[in-house]
Amino acid sequence: MRGRALGIGTRAGAALLTVGVLAWLPQYYGATDTALFAKAIYIAIAALGLNLLTGYNGQVSIGHGAFFGFGAYATAILMNDHGWDFLATLPVVAVASFVVGAAVGFPALRVKGLYLALITLGLAALFPDLVTKYVHGTGGTTLVQPPLPTSPGWAQGFAPNDDQWRYYLALTIGIVMFILAWNLVRGRFGRALLAVRDHDAAASTIGIDLARIKVGSFAISALYAGIAGSVGVMVTGLANAGRVETFQLSINFLVAVVIGGTATVLGPVVGAWTFVFLERATQDLFPDQALLSPAIFGVALILLLFALPDGIVGGARRTGRFARRKLQARRAPRAPDFPSPIREDRQ
Amino acid sequence: MSLLEVVDLSAAYGPIQVLHGISLTVDAGEVVVVLGANGAGKTTALRAISGLVAAKGELRFDGVSILGRHPESIAHRGVSHVPQGRGTLAGLTVDENMRLGAYSRRDREGIAADLAEWYDTFPPLAKRRSQTAGTMSGGEQQMLAVARSLMSRPRLLLLDEPSLGLAPLVTKQLFETLATVNRERGIAMLLVEQNAALALELAARGYVLEAGEIVASGTAENLSRDGEIRKAYLGR
Repeated sequence: MRGRALGIGTRAGAALLTVGVLAWLPQYYGATDTALFAKAIYIAIAALGLNLLTGYNGQVSIGHGAFFGFGAYATAILMNDHGWDFLATLPVVAVASFVVGAAVGFPALRVKGLYLALITLGLAALFPDLVTKYVHGTGGTTLVQPPLPTSPGWAQGFAPNDDQWRYYLALTIGIVMFILAWNLVRGRFGRALLAVRDHDAAASTIGIDLARIKVGSFAISALYAGIAGSVGVMVTGLANAGRVETFQLSINFLVAVVIGGTATVLGPVVGAWTFVFLERATQDLFPDQALLSPAIFGVALILLLFALPDGIVGGARRTGRFARRKLQARRAPRAPDFPSPIREDRQ
Repeated sequence: MSLLEVVDLSAAYGPIQVLHGISLTVDAGEVVVVLGANGAGKTTALRAISGLVAAKGELRFDGVSILGRHPESIAHRGVSHVPQGRGTLAGLTVDENMRLGAYSRRDREGIAADLAEWYDTFPPLAKRRSQTAGTMSGGEQQMLAVARSLMSRPRLLLLDEPSLGLAPLVTKQLFETLATVNRERGIAMLLVEQNAALALELAARGYVLEAGEIVASGTAENLSRDGEIRKAYLGR
């Protein structure tokens, strides 16, 4: 409801066009690029969830890579060791991540801000150790490589290659998760999230159960990260939870949320795609300078935030409002409310 | 039986005792004012009643003890607190704020009907439905805070210095609206105010709070005639 400017028709049209372009991508691009697009999708799913927690509810987590890993391993192990179908693992991952997220969310009732961020950081540090202890993957390592879904007969018309099929699976899951997040945010729960973030005393006297909202948003964001992990396994064919990867993912999700625009539904999606493509674009600039690419990538992110402090979607909204005001001012030059005394004098 | 019964209620922030056993009652449909200087404990008293501050003593709403309950559970019972500084959510629109007020209700039609009614009562809010609350004037935000509270269909409204930071004329209008709401809806109000003259016009009874203790009480009429109270709070 905030800053709603475009009509419903314009919005529906834009949504259809976007989905159309996303569906067309793997038809035109090859397998390498399609994998990259799919990566943007699963980062976007995790960022959508993290945005509910961090953007809308104001609880910063730098440990959501752990929930991602949890979902990834759950799917990989169920497929690999128990012969489950990929899609069948999703409901299990959703419920399990939700429960684990709720359990981790309980400390959030006592600690806030930086301290909460530190606790979630501990989660990201702990998770790889748990994996090392309990997961016995290929050749004694912690890697699990499940058999991946292949393009079924009826889909040969539009997705003859398996990577295309997997991209479409990822896209479908992504769209479903997006619509769910959108509905959550627009309704009663979304308003409660913001109320708890902005004014917890007022929220509780309105009748909002702070504990339920805080733990609930943790659980839902964990569910999103878990599903993102499942999709990640389906795209990359690999569940892996090294220390570095878990940290890096946690930060990536946060970066996607921030550069896209916190507390906007579209922000994390735009942020995830921007993030993945900036990373890709800076990768091959200097083939023999391994350290230069991440540095340029970092500078690009800093510049982006410098230009758009409230993220890409936030910035776009601001520009839209500004342009609309200008346009209205030009269409109907407003008569001054009071006759200007200075002008009167001149006449 | 009174709607709200406060008996020997004390409250402290850490080692600092703020309320030293206050007792007061509010009957159903009645407007009661608590007068007092800065730091007398007025805000703390309201916060203790709505569960935001831990308190000792007896605290009953509609005959049921609400001492030690969570604020949201007290709100569910029909006590709505309009905090000092309004507590409107600046980033949300007027409409979203209003719907938040009805958070604990599930009756869609009832909510829609109340929404229409309160927009009717507070016309400036109706005009600004889709505007973010933070961009409104102080008076409009105070209206919004009151209207949002009313959305929960409370039986008791706790109002913490609604006149704070408002122009005299705006304050006067707000108090007139409060009187109308009280008269037409029979919603009881416990009001904490520095603007004693206006508050005593609205209220039927009042208490005077000094350094965490109740030092005087009586009908609004008697209080406004009392020499010391006139000197201390009415400035005449």
